[in-house]
Amino acid sequence: MYPSDYRYTKEHEWIKMSGDTGTIGITDYAQHELGDVVYVELPAAGTKITAGQLFGTIESVKAVSEIYAPVSGEVIEANLALSNAPETVNSDPHGAAWLIKIKLAAPAEASKLMDAAAYQTFISDKEKETSA
Amino acid sequence: MTSPTTTQLRKTALNAVHRRLHAKMVNFGGWDMPVEYSGILAEHMATRTAAGLFDVSHMGEIEVRGQDALDLVQHVTCNDAAKLAPGQAQYSGLMTAQGTFVDDLLVHHISGTHYLLCVNAGNQEKDFEYICAHNRSTTQVENAGERYSQLALQGPKALRILQRFTTVPLESIHYYHFTSGAVDGVNCLIARTGYTGEDGFEIYFAPEYSEKLWFNLLEAGAGHGLLPCGLGARNTLRLEASMCLYGHEIDDTTTPWEAGLAWICKPEKGEFLGREVLILQKEKGVERTLVGFEMQNRLIARDGCRVSIDGKLSGRVTSGSPAPFLKKNIGMAYVPPAFEAPGTTITIEIRGNQAPARIVSMPFYKRPK
Repeated sequence: MYPSDYRYTKEHEWIKMSGDTGTIGITDYAQHELGDVVYVELPAAGTKITAGQLFGTIESVKAVSEIYAPVSGEVIEANLALSNAPETVNSDPHGAAWLIKIKLAAPAEASKLMDAAAYQTFISDKEKETSA
Repeated sequence: MTSPTTTQLRKTALNAVHRRLHAKMVNFGGWDMPVEYSGILAEHMATRTAAGLFDVSHMGEIEVRGQDALDLVQHVTCNDAAKLAPGQAQYSGLMTAQGTFVDDLLVHHISGTHYLLCVNAGNQEKDFEYICAHNRSTTQVENAGERYSQLALQGPKALRILQRFTTVPLESIHYYHFTSGAVDGVNCLIARTGYTGEDGFEIYFAPEYSEKLWFNLLEAGAGHGLLPCGLGARNTLRLEASMCLYGHEIDDTTTPWEAGLAWICKPEKGEFLGREVLILQKEKGVERTLVGFEMQNRLIARDGCRVSIDGKLSGRVTSGSPAPFLKKNIGMAYVPPAFEAPGTTITIEIRGNQAPARIVSMPFYKRPK
């Protein structure tokens, strides 16, 4: 379910590294929590983002949700296809619905994030809390 | 007041069923309720084009019995319950002495000495105590919520699906009328009412039959496109149909005149709580009025967003959402009456953006006859 070559945050973003660039999206858990996504707002190429800071907005029928940057860097591309097909975030959150590609300020930053196994444990614990 | 934790939340008789169906659950007015099963969009569209089944057992029922039952109902509500024939229901407001809403409710006239009030889940204890406190006779008031489950079967296919389970000719129950009868062998009050803007029924029955009715209706409706629906779709459906939600469009600071509910406010019926204040406000005119709006860009207004007109803060959004059937972003807001005309441009503050919206006439959605 959660690709083993991605890294994950407690705010339910993922990042896939390739050299000093990273592709960022939200996890399947996050899209499920949001419900039907109807609007995605992303930063333009060239925007500087900072780890832990807001960089975009995903809106579902029910609510608006902020997206936090897992790492610092500069946006090199935003997934413009999502503005006409926001529902892709629900159907393919780990693939076609990537949000932005960034050039990392410090590529080592990504290795401090959770790996797939740690993230899986993290969300299993969350699910136990809510189904009690 | 602190909000109850998960363990203290109240549960309907179908709670375990919702969890088994992997519904997403939320705390709604102190109740652990399903917000969605397959998704709000799919559930909304199913209800508009086929049918939706909603567990609305969290709704409260208050029964009023006795020779003076009508007098008590008339005293605490603003609509004219004397106009109701037995077997007829009406939308009404439970009024404070200031002419504002303790709650909104459905009044069912069961017999000359018996009325059934259907009230909001989160308000039922408050409503019950309020009605008891204003009971000036020996009229019996019962907080009967625990004796009832309630299912809403809504949508253009609702009648056909429900008819398979009852010999009651459902076509003969007119809108906002009800009858008692067996559904799948279970004694029910079958009302042609709803909160979706569609044709449909709300059935009231003893909680022990909840699972049987839920599963049999779902199974019978599957071939017609029936989906189980949660409170998420219930909210988008009622918003498209421009129906008020307590705590949003109406509360104990808003009057029926302000909320566009003049059609349920009848000072001419005689004495009731808040009547004098309401007569005075009608003469003086209101300072704010509820309007519907459509966003002019892709931003979505949400409850509480600030509304400006001509650069001046003028009101707040009470409900805002994408409208899944209309495929627009819509909402309701209070504005000064001078700006209520359809076509007026307002500005809504959404995450720091000044987003343009246009006032439109309500309802946003009206079902085809």
